[in-house]
Amino acid sequence: MTKDIRDTKRNHISRRHVLAALGTGASVVAMPWIARAADDTIRIGFPTPLTGPFAAEAKDQVKSAELAVKQFNDKGGVNGRKVELLVRDDKLNGGEAATRTLELIEKDKVHAIVGSLSSAVQLAVNEVTRARGVLYVSISQSDTINEVKDFSKYTFHEALNPTMTAGAVARHAFKKGTKVAHLVADYAYGHEMLRGFKRAQAVIGAETVGEIMHPFGAADYSTFMPRLRSMRPDILCISNFGRDQANSIKQAVDFGLKQQSKIVVPVLLHNQRLAVSPEVFEGVVGGSNYYWGLESQLPSAKAFNDAYRAANGGAIPTDYGAYGYTGVSSLLQAMQVAGGTDTDKVIAALEGLKYDVAKGPQYYRKCDHQSVQSVLVLESKKKADMKGDSDLFSIVANEPASENVLRGCTELGFPA
Amino acid sequence: MDTELILMQLFSGVALGAILVITALGLSIIFGMLGVVNFAHGALFMVGAYAGLWVASLTGSFWWGLLVAPIMIGVFGMAIEYVLIRPLYGRSIDDPLLLTFGLSYVLVEGVRIVFGSDGIPFPTPSSLTGVVDLGVGFFPIYRIFVVGVVFLVVVLLWLGLEKTKFGLIVRAGARDPAMMKVLGVDISKVWLLVFGLGVGLASLGGVLSGPMRSVNPEMGALVLAEAFVVTVIGGLGSLVGSIIAGLLVGVVISMTALFAPEMATIVMFALMAIVLMIRPQGLFGKLA
Repeated sequence: MTKDIRDTKRNHISRRHVLAALGTGASVVAMPWIARAADDTIRIGFPTPLTGPFAAEAKDQVKSAELAVKQFNDKGGVNGRKVELLVRDDKLNGGEAATRTLELIEKDKVHAIVGSLSSAVQLAVNEVTRARGVLYVSISQSDTINEVKDFSKYTFHEALNPTMTAGAVARHAFKKGTKVAHLVADYAYGHEMLRGFKRAQAVIGAETVGEIMHPFGAADYSTFMPRLRSMRPDILCISNFGRDQANSIKQAVDFGLKQQSKIVVPVLLHNQRLAVSPEVFEGVVGGSNYYWGLESQLPSAKAFNDAYRAANGGAIPTDYGAYGYTGVSSLLQAMQVAGGTDTDKVIAALEGLKYDVAKGPQYYRKCDHQSVQSVLVLESKKKADMKGDSDLFSIVANEPASENVLRGCTELGFPA
Repeated sequence: MDTELILMQLFSGVALGAILVITALGLSIIFGMLGVVNFAHGALFMVGAYAGLWVASLTGSFWWGLLVAPIMIGVFGMAIEYVLIRPLYGRSIDDPLLLTFGLSYVLVEGVRIVFGSDGIPFPTPSSLTGVVDLGVGFFPIYRIFVVGVVFLVVVLLWLGLEKTKFGLIVRAGARDPAMMKVLGVDISKVWLLVFGLGVGLASLGGVLSGPMRSVNPEMGALVLAEAFVVTVIGGLGSLVGSIIAGLLVGVVISMTALFAPEMATIVMFALMAIVLMIRPQGLFGKLA
């Protein structure tokens, strides 16, 4: 009886050993780089909301980030070391993002984190990387991440922030005495954009005639329209993101608000414009970090578009997608300069880096690690003016990179 | 706050309520007759919107989409009843609930695979674009059209259930299916048709919603929650309850949007909680 048990146990163990050995063998054959991963591969963790309402933007981020990694690997890697991108789904949830980030750091031993696509989720990732002393390049809009309270010396903010974005849009679209009505998504992104607009309005002298907060993720905006109409604004400013943008603009147009006011948004989204017909978005003005049409003016944009087209069957990169490229590229360039992945050396290299990989010259400001960069203001084209399916917007302004459009370091709470 | 704005808001609320009514009716009919809590209702609403868009793009006419898609998805609903739900009759109420819950995930993923996860434009038919002056403010013609369609559907449904022999069998079947079997009525056929009707109504709601919102695979999620709130307030299984509660919820949302817009979504859940505290069976529900 006891012998039987021992036999079974031994059999069991040996079978497991065989399976484990087979598994390891198979993975070495199938994925030879795994065996090398332990020594010199540079691993970059990339949490992003692959599922949920921002999925379209997240998938574009991954494609762009993969392109940046591929370009470095094709040139022989970073100082001879191969780069690997580890993509994880954060499900647009702070807790999920923090767990995935911790796993990437503890289990996968990543050298840096790039990613996340919501102001709130990004702050959750920032908490983890700050506590663990891991490099993080954040690629989603946030103002608070610049402030001293949330500052981490390991974090670099590649995305635009609401102060820059709303500021550029306001400087283009508002004039002294312009009457502005705000429809705002009731969460961090909306609140920060509203603050950005009002800050710019105060300088310009544009007047706020009303503010309506709408629940995040609302499908029907009809009940807000009569009040917005009764405010008789020159400009209807809609600060929301993802599908909320397409739905709210569509319904504002249905209610005839475009005849009365111009519609302005902080960030004009490529994928949301595609989700409704060109007539709906026609004339809508909004900011952007990137538009593929820059290629006619900028060699770096042309090179990025061409490489992206070649890697993705002719598709063009989109706004939030491009952050994946600029974010990963700047990090890898800094690692190249630093001669490796030593965190302090890479921080010093990032602080001194000047880069132009897609949208003109960029650099990280020393005090808050905000990427100083150009801001585009776009206007959605009329159907008749579109030269192709991707010819969505015209560039009506391109504010060059300047620290003047940012809040000052002392205002953010940093020592002068 | 002027009266014109309040009147306008009231009208917006009724129009929104009409959309809620159409989404809640199908859920309520299926529960009332079959005792099945259909968690795939929102997903079928979404599938209906895609079907409408697909038919409309094939034929080049919104009207064919509006007519054909609900019938198509209704037949699909009958197939669901026949293959998946039928084996579960007589078992606990949780079983069909879990089954339809799983089905909703399958449908959403299926649509993502076929049509992609991005939103797709569903243009308003050109004959119904524009706004009309109601005297107190402007309102989109399309939304007024939707109110008309919902009114028509409700009248037809009432006539069908109250004035026809089939309606009589359906109502009797809901009350005492065993007795109907004894009387020689093939009750399983009735259930097949009722399930198809409920699903057809869900997909009609989807097609009607298409031109107001963009069409995407997740559009059914919030609709399911809204439909449940409306049926629970109205009383599970009560058609009159669904209609009154749908309009009530629409008006309450609209009035809240006027005074505390950020509460516009949550207010319907608050209303449901209040109704359940005072009348646990809902406004028109019968006590079990």
